[in-house]
Amino acid sequence: MKNTKVIELEEVAIRFSGDSGDGMQLTGTLFSDTSALLGNDISTFPDYPSEIRAPQGTVGGVSGFQVQLGTKKVTTPGDLAHVLVAMNPAALKANALFLNPAASIIFDVDSFSGKNLEKAQFKTDDPFTELKLNDYSLIPVPITSMTKESLKELELDNKSILRCKNMFALGLICWMFDRPLDYIEKFIQSKFGKKSPLIAEANLIVLHTGYNYGMNLQHMTPQYIVHPAPIEKGTYRNINGNNATAWGFIAAAEKSGLDLFIGSYPITPATDILQALAERKDLGVKSFQAEDEIAGICTTIGAAFAGDLAVTSTSGPGFALKSEALGLSVMAELPIVVVNVQRGGPSTGLPTKTEQSDLLQTLYGRNGESPVVVLAASTPSDCFYFAFLSAKIALERMVPVVLLTDGFLGNGSEPWRVPTMDELPSITPRKAKNPESFRPYNRDPETLARDWAIPGMEGFEHRIGGLEKNVAGAVSHDPDTHQRNSEIRAAKVEKVVTMIPDLAVEGEPEGDLLVVGWGGTYGHMISSVQAMHKAGKKVSLAHFNYIKPLPANTGEIFSKFKKIVVCELNMGQFASYLRDKLPQFTYHQVNKMKGLPFSVHELVENFDKLLEA
Amino acid sequence: MTKFNYTAKDFKSAAEVRWCPGCGDFAIMNAVQKTMADMDIDHKDFAVISGIGCSSRFPYYMSTYGFHTIHGRAAAIASGVKSANPDLTVWVMTGDGDSLAIGGNHFIHLVRRNINLNLVLFNNKIYGLTKGQYSPTSDRGKITKTSPFGTIEDSFVPGQLVLGSRGTFFARALDNNMKHTQEVLTEAALHQGTSIVEILQNCVIFNDGIHDYISDPKFRSERQIFLRKGQPMIFGEQEDKGLILEKGKLKVVKIGENGITREDILVHEPSDDNLGLQVALINMTLPEFPVAMGVIRSVEAPVYDQEMKKQIETVQQKRRITCMDELLQSGNTWIVEGENCSEPVKFFDNKCFG
Ligand SMILES: Cc1ncc(C[n+]2csc(CCOP(=O)(O)OP(=O)(O)O)c2C)c(N)n1
Ligand code: SF4
Ligand SMILES: [Mg+2]
Repeated sequence: MKNTKVIELEEVAIRFSGDSGDGMQLTGTLFSDTSALLGNDISTFPDYPSEIRAPQGTVGGVSGFQVQLGTKKVTTPGDLAHVLVAMNPAALKANALFLNPAASIIFDVDSFSGKNLEKAQFKTDDPFTELKLNDYSLIPVPITSMTKESLKELELDNKSILRCKNMFALGLICWMFDRPLDYIEKFIQSKFGKKSPLIAEANLIVLHTGYNYGMNLQHMTPQYIVHPAPIEKGTYRNINGNNATAWGFIAAAEKSGLDLFIGSYPITPATDILQALAERKDLGVKSFQAEDEIAGICTTIGAAFAGDLAVTSTSGPGFALKSEALGLSVMAELPIVVVNVQRGGPSTGLPTKTEQSDLLQTLYGRNGESPVVVLAASTPSDCFYFAFLSAKIALERMVPVVLLTDGFLGNGSEPWRVPTMDELPSITPRKAKNPESFRPYNRDPETLARDWAIPGMEGFEHRIGGLEKNVAGAVSHDPDTHQRNSEIRAAKVEKVVTMIPDLAVEGEPEGDLLVVGWGGTYGHMISSVQAMHKAGKKVSLAHFNYIKPLPANTGEIFSKFKKIVVCELNMGQFASYLRDKLPQFTYHQVNKMKGLPFSVHELVENFDKLLEA
Repeated sequence: MTKFNYTAKDFKSAAEVRWCPGCGDFAIMNAVQKTMADMDIDHKDFAVISGIGCSSRFPYYMSTYGFHTIHGRAAAIASGVKSANPDLTVWVMTGDGDSLAIGGNHFIHLVRRNINLNLVLFNNKIYGLTKGQYSPTSDRGKITKTSPFGTIEDSFVPGQLVLGSRGTFFARALDNNMKHTQEVLTEAALHQGTSIVEILQNCVIFNDGIHDYISDPKFRSERQIFLRKGQPMIFGEQEDKGLILEKGKLKVVKIGENGITREDILVHEPSDDNLGLQVALINMTLPEFPVAMGVIRSVEAPVYDQEMKKQIETVQQKRRITCMDELLQSGNTWIVEGENCSEPVKFFDNKCFG
């Protein structure tokens, strides 16, 4: 044992990388879950090509999964990996730039040969020199041959044998990080046990072979210790942003006493929301897979008209298709929630990559003056709360709400202390009560919300629609009515400000630089601001979840800093929105359009430059 | 014994009806209101949904719940209404442009899903509201404002589209035959599943007389054949003409000629799943054939909104998770406790959340 190198770390990032058919997403997920169960805080980043089976062995076909574990709160999946598992040369090439200088590279030597090197477009047969990786800790492991060897007794075809390779890598990494295998074993049993016991057996054998390989060759593989993170007490589970979003809506339906309806059309990276809700027939969820995104939102509007808590989920291209109908829900003043899990655009763009470039589409991308409430979640788990809150706002203010998340949040996961339902506030839908005084566009004088009367309620029969109307619901083209109603629809959205908290500053309330972010970049923003803070810089973070309306104290907070920099994964959309809303300040920008999250490193570099300037 | 004793008046709203004088929509509205009154269903349970077009103004003239939506999307919105609450009686009012052009996709998928609602397709073979452009049901060569030299495209035959989409109910009627329209609408209302009723409607302003050749009351029994369940397919002033199948094709014959007797005439069975014959009936055009009126197809099939309800009930009978708290605690969870740990900060602690 004594010659094992033991490395104790506060945070460590591991990247599993291979062909998109190599099972890297599963490997990464199982490792993350195991770590979370052990009490580490984690943050994950699945990164995969948009083709299901991209050309084998090529850089374009590489599928990766990065997870960062920590003994403290982990806010990002890590800029650079400490450990890379590369199942083939293409995986090495794709990740060479994302490695920590002291990183260990575990690679399947069996696949680092002629044909595979060629496919990855290496010019020589020494990929490590070519990529200048010679100084890294290189750990060649005969993953393919060991996998084959360990399964030679089983009556399995070659294809099935090779499918087990990922379990070897997983077993090995589990040894390196001192993770028990029981959770993974249970998973394999429940996934294959009944259907194909032979496959289950093979996976288990290979998993243990990998683990034992690490143990037996201790001199080669370093072992890492990452202590459990001290965190809030409670019951925890791992959750990704899309599931959290789906569950937030179920919670809101239960709180409000309404049925939940989702009308949606599959689109990456939002599909999981529809799938997660379709699964919950046990909780009465009505899921409707529509013929397109237009029908997705239209069935949703219909369900809202009929009295359900109605939501629709999509990503950028689908959101574009929903614009006209979203305008109808503005005009009809029906409570719906639209989730946009943003991805790289325009057009089909980068379907599996993250971006924040639908903000202006969300705020302004409709005909006419068509204001909606816009919220943005900032971590995978808080998607739950923001979905819940979106529903609460929609139902209590009779207004459509758009919830922005993104591919990074939607697919990324983290351990989450699950709340109980009594931690969540009540939701009181504005059901009309008095048929005598009911008029479709009568409003609460405070909030300007109209009452909700639904078919089946006796004495409230009325007509609504997309044409401009007077209070009684009769079509009206009267100039003053349109002027007044336009102002009311705008004011109604602004009045939602009373339902949202003040903007909080993380760090000192005043200083040299205020870093501003919104939505899914939170983890990287807070990490970089903390790094600046540690280095003695007067830098604080204001991260926005409430986009429209903006928190009431936004201007006040901005005024306390010498400089403001707005960081976002687009070309400056939030910055231009802020310039419009709060023109008295100067906004610097950090923008990135690579289909990737920020890295802490690049943010820090940018902030330093701004402080020096 | 009726429960509610409604009359058509109970379904009229106070709104002034704004269709052009002489427009076929008036007669259709009267037929719909009469049908609804006779259905003896609680007034509060009706929902009338429309898209955009002259015909789609319909909900405003009704005293029921109504929703005038956006162009082409009535079928989708109504699908949401009915799926959310299958207890409602949902009617869709839509034009040939609304349902067969911009809303074509929703229309065929509504039909395919067989959601239990009634869709009245006002077929005036023109875009009325936008003042006279050709529609997907305008005949090839039709001269309109957007086809000054005639259209160079063929039209949809709505019934074909419905049957091609696995429709369970299709009927046809004419705006100037209110009694028959009402008869057909009643059948549609009784049918479980999506009922499509195409009503040939006259637009006096932009396509006046487009159906005249068929609809002229003087020649009604010669030019139209009224198909009724279990009845022989007979037409003509003297009830002396009928339809037979010859070499797989429909043929008009004269009873009493060439040894043809009443027994040789086809008997109409809309509830048979006989797509070939039903499409042939839909396709009949003048002058070779009379135009088929009435319920052409009405077959049973699983109904989407009922299936949705049933599926939820079935899953719930065996469910292990009965509420959100149980879902949150289900599956892979673990408990964190000990000195190291802090008290949880609740997300909604901020008082603004109320
Ligand atoms: C998105 C959109 N595109 C176009 C229009 C314009 N428009 C309104 S009604 C209509 C056609 C109506 O024809 P039809 O559905 O046959 O109804 P009719 O007026 O003949 O009853 C068109 C093109 C619109 N309102 N919305
Ligand atoms: S334009 Fe034609 S369809 Fe429209 S109301 Fe006038 S007559 Fe009727
Ligand atoms: Mg028309």
